[in-house]
Amino acid sequence: MGIKLKALTKSPWVYHLSTGSCNNCDIEILDCLTPRYDLERFGIVLVGSPRHADALLVTGNMTMKCIPRAKEVYEQMPKPGVVIAIGTCALGHGVFDGSYVMPKTVDEVIPVDIYIPGCPPKPEGIIAGVAKLLAMLKQKA
Amino acid sequence: MSEIIPIGPYHPLQEEPEFFRLHVEGERVIKMDIEIGYNHRGIEKLAESKSWDQVVFLVERICGICSTSHPAASINAMEDLGGIEAPERAQYIRTIVCELERIHSHLLWLGLAGHFIGYNTVWMWVWKYREIICDILDKMTGNRQSYAMFKVGGVRRDILDEDIPWFLKMLDKFKPALDLFKGAVMDDPVIHARTKGVGVLTTEQAKKYCVVGPTARPSGVAIDVRKDDPYFAYEWLDWDMVVLQEGDVFAKVACRILEMYESMKILEQCFKKMKPGIVDLHVKELPPGEGIGRAEAPRGEVYHYVRSDGSNFPVRYKVRAPSYMNIFSNEVAVLGEQVADAALILAAVDPCYCCTERIIAIDHDTNEEKKLSSSDLLRLSHEKTIRVKKELGIS
Ligand code: SF4
Repeated sequence: MGIKLKALTKSPWVYHLSTGSCNNCDIEILDCLTPRYDLERFGIVLVGSPRHADALLVTGNMTMKCIPRAKEVYEQMPKPGVVIAIGTCALGHGVFDGSYVMPKTVDEVIPVDIYIPGCPPKPEGIIAGVAKLLAMLKQKA
Repeated sequence: MSEIIPIGPYHPLQEEPEFFRLHVEGERVIKMDIEIGYNHRGIEKLAESKSWDQVVFLVERICGICSTSHPAASINAMEDLGGIEAPERAQYIRTIVCELERIHSHLLWLGLAGHFIGYNTVWMWVWKYREIICDILDKMTGNRQSYAMFKVGGVRRDILDEDIPWFLKMLDKFKPALDLFKGAVMDDPVIHARTKGVGVLTTEQAKKYCVVGPTARPSGVAIDVRKDDPYFAYEWLDWDMVVLQEGDVFAKVACRILEMYESMKILEQCFKKMKPGIVDLHVKELPPGEGIGRAEAPRGEVYHYVRSDGSNFPVRYKVRAPSYMNIFSNEVAVLGEQVADAALILAAVDPCYCCTERIIAIDHDTNEEKKLSSSDLLRLSHEKTIRVKKELGIS
């Protein structure tokens, strides 16, 4: 797995999976790609299909309707891949705790590697989280 | 032409994830079915288990982009219930936050509309200048989104007088950018060719489908809660409602750009007219009864209803968001249009058109279903822009 993990740290392509979020986390992710933060200079590109992705960015509470879909998307992602949970909703349920449509948290549905808290986390926070993850992967590889 | 699209089937235009089924004959769309309900989070039920103060935080998270319109409607409803009148300074602060949000939301949409027709430069530029608005909000409220400013009987934070010159300076910095966007959209022949006469929603159709906000106003329906049922400080300010007649995608773009100018006008007046004073009445209790609140979100009218039995929690909470009416107007707007235009038309009402689901195109001759993902739709749209450019002799 070593070489594959190492390759992963070079230019991770990410796929954004929203599982019933309020959009704020999603906007902040897109914000990371626009001129002020410009994540693309690190080779991080948002791709349109999980099949091309090295990492999943999951935002939002797992709603019932999204659980099978999230599993499917996770299975489509080539392994090794990482899952990044972004926002309080994806970490627990945040303000929506106790809702009747959210039986599970994200990490009960798919394995999560790193959590980025905040509602929504600032773009700086997201970038810091991703950078930490890359450092961690480099150590492992 | 770029084939890599840095945006997935999930994108930030989604208030409610929706599922569209387009029926096409060759290139033409002849019918469309819509299904929504993928982002159901049970908010109305949850609201019944939250205290009045917490409800405002909850409704803020209905939609991140309108993260101040829902609280606005919510406190309007609660103040209606309690017969409370917030202090004047608080009303101005509320108006300021609402209008900043409108600008940021319209910019967000403009950028994505640019992306849909294959102008990624527009996207990047617009989002670059959106940061100015985000900075203002950040300094004013402490967060770039989800501002948590509103509460029954006032606002949570005052605007410091020493910060106001800085806000005005930033707004001045933003003005040339707005002119730039206006010029870029109004003068570009390709944008004209791609959006004029496309996806027309006539006045009758707009009325029949009960559309609201910047989906209705470009179709000649003069409806705006800020004018019709003024709340906050809107009645003390001088501004115009933008109403256009054409109803096509171009009119929808133009309407949003012109509205940003109006918002700038409102903001400047607010900063000028604001007097020192208290900003919070510290309301402790709400009486039993009912209340309704309306607010004009960037996408149209938001409507909230509360019922109270005098306890700490609402007994019933009801929300109606603007996209709920607007997305169904797509049913008529895409009829007879090309599949390549579908992405743009569906996006023109500013909801999400492809989230959890993909669009299925049903070919009526063969009756087979072709699945088009969002990337396919974008590809079709981008290819059409290239075609149009060739026809116009622009490379
Ligand atoms: S964490 Fe907050 S901002 Fe992010 S999706 Fe949830 S409610 Fe929205």
